[in-house]
Amino acid sequence: MSRVLVIADHDGHQLGSGCSRCVTAAAKLGAAELHVAVFAAAGGAIAAQAAELAGVSKVLVVERAENAHLLAAVLAPQVVKLAAGYDYVIGPANTFGKDLLPRVAALLGVGQVSDLMFVESAHRFRRPTYAGNAIVTIESPPEVKLVATIRTASFAAAGGGGSAPIEAASTDAVLPTHTRFVSINAAKSDRPELQSAKRVVSGGRALANSENFQLIYALADRLGAAVGASRAAVDAGYVPSDMQVGQTGKIIAPELYMAIGISGAIQHLTGIKDARTIVAINKDAEAPIFEVADVGLVGDLFKIVPELTALLSKASG
Amino acid sequence: MKILVGIKRVVDYNVRVRVKPDGSGVALDGVKMSINPFDEIALEEALRIRERNQATEVIVVAVGPEEVQTQLRSALAMGADRAILVKCDQPIEPQGVARALLAVIRQEQIGLAILGKQAIDDDAGQTGQMLAALWERPQVTFASKLELQAEKAQVTREVDSGLETLSIDLPAVITTDLRLNEPRYIKLPDIMKAKKKPLAVTDLAALGVNAMPQFRVVKTEPPVPRARGIMVKDVPELVAELRKRGVVS
Ligand SMILES: Cc1cc2nc3c(=O)[nH]c(=O)nc-3n(C[C@H](O)[C@H](O)[C@H](O)COP(=O)(O)OP(=O)(O)OC[C@H]3O[C@@H](n4cnc5c(N)ncnc54)[C@H](O)[C@@H]3O)c2cc1C
Ligand SMILES: Nc1ncnc2c1ncn2[C@@H]1O[C@H](COP(=O)(O)O)[C@@H](O)[C@H]1O
Repeated sequence: MSRVLVIADHDGHQLGSGCSRCVTAAAKLGAAELHVAVFAAAGGAIAAQAAELAGVSKVLVVERAENAHLLAAVLAPQVVKLAAGYDYVIGPANTFGKDLLPRVAALLGVGQVSDLMFVESAHRFRRPTYAGNAIVTIESPPEVKLVATIRTASFAAAGGGGSAPIEAASTDAVLPTHTRFVSINAAKSDRPELQSAKRVVSGGRALANSENFQLIYALADRLGAAVGASRAAVDAGYVPSDMQVGQTGKIIAPELYMAIGISGAIQHLTGIKDARTIVAINKDAEAPIFEVADVGLVGDLFKIVPELTALLSKASG
Repeated sequence: MKILVGIKRVVDYNVRVRVKPDGSGVALDGVKMSINPFDEIALEEALRIRERNQATEVIVVAVGPEEVQTQLRSALAMGADRAILVKCDQPIEPQGVARALLAVIRQEQIGLAILGKQAIDDDAGQTGQMLAALWERPQVTFASKLELQAEKAQVTREVDSGLETLSIDLPAVITTDLRLNEPRYIKLPDIMKAKKKPLAVTDLAALGVNAMPQFRVVKTEPPVPRARGIMVKDVPELVAELRKRGVVS
């Protein structure tokens, strides 16, 4: 009977979308005790959201002024103290978990499974390598505490309706002062969050400038979709970097993914392989994106996208 | 200040990797190998710091078999001052690499270590954070902007919600994101010059590093392919198809 500690991602107010995916993964690990740890300056509201996730047996809240911003160097020693007595310490494979968990693993003197995508048994897992082109099955010795980041696109969100007890926890960890938060420049958007959105519309280099990206936004808004982009579009400055989808951007698994003016480089495809339906619009019939698309349309996006947005508006209006 | 840059030899990013039919790994025979793209970015950043006279020396370090010398020579041609190969013929996990790099850092009195945010073969994304933990120093992962001041650095990192800026004390570990810079091209005369630059070879035992892997790789498989899709001829057909699949109303 194993004990699993999930480190919650959050923005200071809201529980992140990664946590509930980790709770599902924890259940697959055979958690008899499934605890979620919330590190924050004031974590009550976040803890309450975690307590509602089905399957969670307890929520631990570690409140300290130093936890106002989730700095890996500051959190890691606290996680290590809390980790005593757990068989697994896991967190989401988003920028929060990817930053923190390897630091935790090293302090614990153990290795880490990155992007855990499938649990075969308590100590046998699958994870992607080579941008998802080679899936490896690995075994970890049962006597070693397992630290892992969870590939959120591979696990469904946990259900709600739970009412786990919430406990204040504290650690005597000595915290470093060598790392200080300065600022965050977070793009505020009313659109759904890219990582958890049911529908995503992405644009590529073909959009040619940021004004033209309005076509993508308009279609996305019509569909209630989040907006993503290829690396080429981000590098060219058409959109901010947090919109990049792919091996080195966000890995997503929406029900609908529309790739518009994106060629379908291997690094991009890694990020969308788990999407239920992939739609590709590209003027080049030979573009590799059509090899993975469920529905493809060859043509000029500057003609197709406005027509598509209009047709969808008409239907729902 | 001396800067250490981690260099990993990986299958070139343009190669379409193939899994061996017996499940024992990916086919590497005759495949083009290169410096991990994020490590080129790391090296470029280190060179720029040295060119601004904020560092005295850029040392590139690779942990791996003899063949890695090829990539270390490329790194020297790009502009690194000297190279260290830590020989290791067995598979090594990020934690082992981090221990080896730390041993070099202690020997060389390094002030800043710059690594890639991930190696594009194992896609682990662990080594920099593990190194910072073992070294008990700050880490800034996914860096897209780096400004050095005396004994300090201000670093901007790409996070899921946008751009975060941290201030850290040196020594520290930085891991690079794609937009930190664009690496320079190597010119022919530089390749000649690089042949004369020092490349020292040591090994894990000499550094006193134990790097036993924790994980056993049971098998390697290609991903489950997606079913072949259909092509539609125009927008009304596209909308009809999406409705049929129930993905739009
Ligand atoms: C280490 C590394 C990591 C990377 N990580 C990522 C990643 O995470 N995500 C990512 O996306 N990329 C990543 N890349 C980059 C990737 O290799 C490609 O360069 C990138 O995805 C290309 O973007 P694109 O498809 O928008 O541009 P292009 O490849 O230039 O494709 C543009 C497409 O638009 C089509 N087009 C042009 N005009 C029109 C029109 N009017 N109407 C319709 N179609 C049109 C063209 O036919 C073409 O297919 C990475 C690369 C490296 C080396
Ligand atoms: N064998 C190695 N030798 C030198 N540096 C390495 C090695 N493995 C990883 N690194 C560094 O660590 C970074 C992240 O690698 P990884 O944690 O394997 O994804 C790489 O971009 C390199 O900078």
